[in-house]
Amino acid sequence: MKRDYVIMLVLLAALIVAPMFVYPVFLMKLLCFALFACAFNLLLGYTGLLSFGHAAFFGGAAYVTGHAVRNLGFTPELGLLAGMATAAMLGFVVGSLAIRRAGIYFAMITLALAQMIYFLALQFRFTGGEDGLQGVPRGHLFGIIDLSQINTMYFFVLVVFCIGFWIIYRAIHSPFGQVLKAIRENEPRAISLGYDVDKYKLVAFVLSAALSGLAGSTKTLVFQLASLTDVHWHMSGEVVLMTLLGGMGTVFGPIAGAAIVVGLQNYASGLGEWVTVITGAIFVLCVLAFRRGVVGELAALFRKPGSR
Amino acid sequence: MTEIFGVPTQALFGQLLVGLINGSFYAVLSLGLAIIFGLLNIINFAHGALYMMGAFLAWIGLTYFGINYWLALVLAPLAVGIFGMLLERLMLKRLYHLDHLYGLLLTFGLALIIEGLFRYFYGISGQPYTVPEALGGAWNLGFMFLPKYRGWVIAISLVVCLATWFVIERTKLGAYLRAGTENPKLLQAFGVNVPLLITLTYGYGVALAAFAGVLAAPVFSVNPVMGSNLIIVVFAVVVIGGMGSILGSIVTGLGLGLVEGVTRVYYPEASAVVVFVIMVIVLLVRPAGLFGREK
Repeated sequence: MKRDYVIMLVLLAALIVAPMFVYPVFLMKLLCFALFACAFNLLLGYTGLLSFGHAAFFGGAAYVTGHAVRNLGFTPELGLLAGMATAAMLGFVVGSLAIRRAGIYFAMITLALAQMIYFLALQFRFTGGEDGLQGVPRGHLFGIIDLSQINTMYFFVLVVFCIGFWIIYRAIHSPFGQVLKAIRENEPRAISLGYDVDKYKLVAFVLSAALSGLAGSTKTLVFQLASLTDVHWHMSGEVVLMTLLGGMGTVFGPIAGAAIVVGLQNYASGLGEWVTVITGAIFVLCVLAFRRGVVGELAALFRKPGSR
Repeated sequence: MTEIFGVPTQALFGQLLVGLINGSFYAVLSLGLAIIFGLLNIINFAHGALYMMGAFLAWIGLTYFGINYWLALVLAPLAVGIFGMLLERLMLKRLYHLDHLYGLLLTFGLALIIEGLFRYFYGISGQPYTVPEALGGAWNLGFMFLPKYRGWVIAISLVVCLATWFVIERTKLGAYLRAGTENPKLLQAFGVNVPLLITLTYGYGVALAAFAGVLAAPVFSVNPVMGSNLIIVVFAVVVIGGMGSILGSIVTGLGLGLVEGVTRVYYPEASAVVVFVIMVIVLLVRPAGLFGREK
């Protein structure tokens, strides 16, 4: 626990000074995806549920925020809340349907339902179809603080990320989180102990969906754009990769995973289609050889022999 | 011209035919998935990519080596089947003792690699593949024209599906397969080479995907994303039919193709979503799928 706080403080300090050295828009993208991956990890890493449709929450919220801010004149913070609320509601519907089945079935159902959202995004008028929602204004926070300033925007995104991360961290280390881990480790035993397992799973699902939505909404404000890429199933795959690569079921793993994947996409974009091939190869390699992920392997390395 | 509920019969039958063709592809693809899932307990995410690979091999064969359609119909599935068996031996085999989700993740990675490579070499624009001469033209059925090739696709898909169903449900080899899904350890104790059985099964399921790919080549343009667009619908078909059910995948595949066709006539906007809507309804009523057994 104590070590976690030290890492968090170091990370926070690094993120505060980072825009002096790194392009802030890249950092903001990284923070959005890191939050997305952390929210996803709450489900996969701590509850043992593999959702293959998290793009629906990320992208669904992105569209709602874009629409609310651009067309309905919402302030940024209300836009984020609207996106989050939408994602939570979607999460409730998808979650209620999906938790009726376990394991691979669960993954397939979330994937298919997310694909439904994708087609709806393609059909609805307000989403702009193939073009997406472009030119979403960043607006004024609380009607006062101008977010079009890039550094102001960065610190706003950083605060949003910290709030999201803190919620996840507290959830994991609460009695609620302990029950989730119990479900992950041995579901029949959790049931026999008298826990209403389905209810816990659903709450975890909704929480994860809402925070994924927060990440998607923030992304819309950063790039002033919501598009079909956000709801496409490739996005669902990407967040799985980030979590797996960083280390699922670890606190900081998804952040590391998101940093590696986003960094790869940004700095290797000149390689064109090879990025897809490399991403796939990393996936295969992770599954075959490094199932604990970067952070998981590091933690295992530094753990004193015999302390497990 | 006669009409049914305000739609000209010509248009209705035309869409039903398209639906039946799509349904044939759904059926062959979901059959392959069902077989693989039954024995390996893996959702083969690479299925769409291997289907695309089948179509591309047929196109490459014709363009560069002059291999005609009929030969491609045999060679492409064979090549992809062998490729699949290699994948199974080298990679998938290492995951059986783990959570089944890792299989899904690994095949997802494989799909990305295969798709990325084809996109790198051939771009995303489609390549045309001409209909073989013997199947050019159309039959006049009186109420509509049926292009010969489309009739052939539906017929051969049905034959392949039914033959596969027959082998699995009615022969000794099929009995081994079904025993393998129930209790591989016991089957091994009886002296059956279960790992070989698994490899061959994966190879066959994957070959089915490539076979569908070759069939699809003259109907759709051959392009690297043809599989990834189709596969999600096929997954939905598998969920509706009941995962692992052989008969379920065939019947649901064809049925949903038809439903899509009908929807396209009466309410075109919903045709892409209708399969998923049906999936939700089926899940609410029968969580195990139409033909699935509750585990």
